[in-house]
Amino acid sequence: MKRYYVMGLFSNFEEAFSTISEIRQHAIPGVSVDDVTLKSPIEHPEIEEILGDRGSPVPKFSLFGAIFGAIFGFLFLASAQANFLTQPQGGKAIITLPSNIVLSYEMLILFGVLSTVIGFMVNARLMTKRHPLYSEKVSLDQIGVMLELDEKNVDSLKELFKKHKVLEIREEVSL
Amino acid sequence: MQTKDINENIAWAKINEDVLRSMENPRMGYWVALAACVAMILCAVLAEIYQYQVGMGPSDLNWPHMWDLYIATFVFWIGMSHSGTLLSAILHIIQADWRKPIYRFAEAMTLFSLMTAGLFPIIHLGRVWNMYWVLPYVSDRGIWPNFRSPLVWDAFAITTYMTSSALFLFIGMIPDLAICRDNARGWRQKLYTVLSMGWQGDDRQWRHFRRLYLMMACFLIPLAVSVHSIVSADFAMSIMPGWHVTSFPPYFVAGALYSGCAAIITLFILLRYFFRFDEYMTIPIMEKTCKLTFAIAMVWTYLNLVEFAATWYGHDLVAKELLMQKFIGPYAPFFWAMLFLGSVLPFTFAFEKLRRHLPTMFVVSLFLNLGMWLERWMIVTPTLSLSHMPFAWDVMWPSMIQWAIVFGSFGWFGMLFLIFVKVFPAVSMYEVKEMVFHRRHYHNDELESKSHRREGDRQPADADPSPSREGA
Repeated sequence: MKRYYVMGLFSNFEEAFSTISEIRQHAIPGVSVDDVTLKSPIEHPEIEEILGDRGSPVPKFSLFGAIFGAIFGFLFLASAQANFLTQPQGGKAIITLPSNIVLSYEMLILFGVLSTVIGFMVNARLMTKRHPLYSEKVSLDQIGVMLELDEKNVDSLKELFKKHKVLEIREEVSL
Repeated sequence: MQTKDINENIAWAKINEDVLRSMENPRMGYWVALAACVAMILCAVLAEIYQYQVGMGPSDLNWPHMWDLYIATFVFWIGMSHSGTLLSAILHIIQADWRKPIYRFAEAMTLFSLMTAGLFPIIHLGRVWNMYWVLPYVSDRGIWPNFRSPLVWDAFAITTYMTSSALFLFIGMIPDLAICRDNARGWRQKLYTVLSMGWQGDDRQWRHFRRLYLMMACFLIPLAVSVHSIVSADFAMSIMPGWHVTSFPPYFVAGALYSGCAAIITLFILLRYFFRFDEYMTIPIMEKTCKLTFAIAMVWTYLNLVEFAATWYGHDLVAKELLMQKFIGPYAPFFWAMLFLGSVLPFTFAFEKLRRHLPTMFVVSLFLNLGMWLERWMIVTPTLSLSHMPFAWDVMWPSMIQWAIVFGSFGWFGMLFLIFVKVFPAVSMYEVKEMVFHRRHYHNDELESKSHRREGDRQPADADPSPSREGA
């Protein structure tokens, strides 16, 4: 079945948001706000009120990375220090907590940062091919509202876009 | 003299245009500065080649002066690296929007300072082919480095800081790299296409990007503080007079922030001139940076006084003698110069007229950094000159080889920085757009609704959009 991608370019957030609000109120039957992708040069601070809270698992990656880093750091140091068991210690501790805490702390941060970046790249779907409807005007100053929908809804959507003062409409058909 | 803050009516397209144009068309001063930096590097390279061939003898680094300018300058560059990432992260978390036009180059300053600092332990080794010994690795006899040594902590902390700062800088640039990709041609387009990693600016990417940036800022603040605390531990965990001081970690962190802020002022003024960024790097932003620097200068002054008082009342005779020698001994001119430049000169920031006068601020910021460099020299050298054993007391004056390499390090930093700001946008375009959007949104809604419609765009009334296949 053919799927249509349609994107309207708007001059400002208000027009784009009013379009999305109508979609949210089921102005086009069978099209929901979950089908909407908003493309913009900046992130609007109130975007979650319009699109709904879609969440982000990136902080979970941070937490996991930080915990892993701290444990790995400490175990790495302790296992390295355990080599000194074969040498005379003169009464000194083999696994020294004060120095290991400092280094485990650094590992906590390093792995936390690396894990956060990996979480971002995976969830933001970076390093994938750009969508055919990508417009350079979005990186300049216009706001794109893109939807994936059936053929029967394409004309209704275009009408809705025009009603909200769209500047340009682009479309792409996927088989 | 322009004293306006950033123009909130500026069109987003103009922000792109101005920043992208700056990357291709700097003033002649840019090329002069780049040539000067390359000449400075050549001085250092010649000195290093000589030192490499002859050995460490010409550098005069010998007992008791095993550490001198190389280590002092290493600490200086580590300190310089602090303000960029740390201030950017703090100001991001507290949502201070004036950071937006200046944070990019400040973060770049962090990265290149660390890259410069990293050279000094290697140069200081003398046997540069053994540089990998500074890394925490296991030798073929199964022996690890001593993890109780702050020098090993340094290797961990600085590597972590450099990796995290580089990622923070790079991640923050991704939306701007996408703008560059969409506008560049030739080799630049290929470079930006790879680096922008397919950024499209959709809500999914922005949502994760915001979370990522916040999380990284949260990680980087304690990291930056820990790094300079650990560098201070190189000194404070020894029993040398003048180094074994409890207040060293906060003292180092304050000194690092101070020199970093002063460097931000210097580079702010240079970039504003080289790339004609008058509309973005505005005088009010400059004033805020100056006020912040002044506040940090007073913290640094206070911590100096704490150190003096602790030594004076501590009844450690050697440390007290060292302190007296700093006041009246052979290093006294440099010590007093450090105090004057670090504690008195910042009072120029208290005067609005001076704060708004860029040439004055440029000169003051250079002198502040000279003061901060002297501070590091006055930490390292006098202690080694006047330590526990009076028969080893000696006055050390650095050799020309050391001066040449230190001089060249400024050229190395300058060259990296100047190349960076030519290849990558020195002003964050998307963040400046956010800044003007927020100000416009809360000040003038009507203006906001009109501002992104350019000449040639269809007007809403007569819009008759037909489907476009561009980009399909």
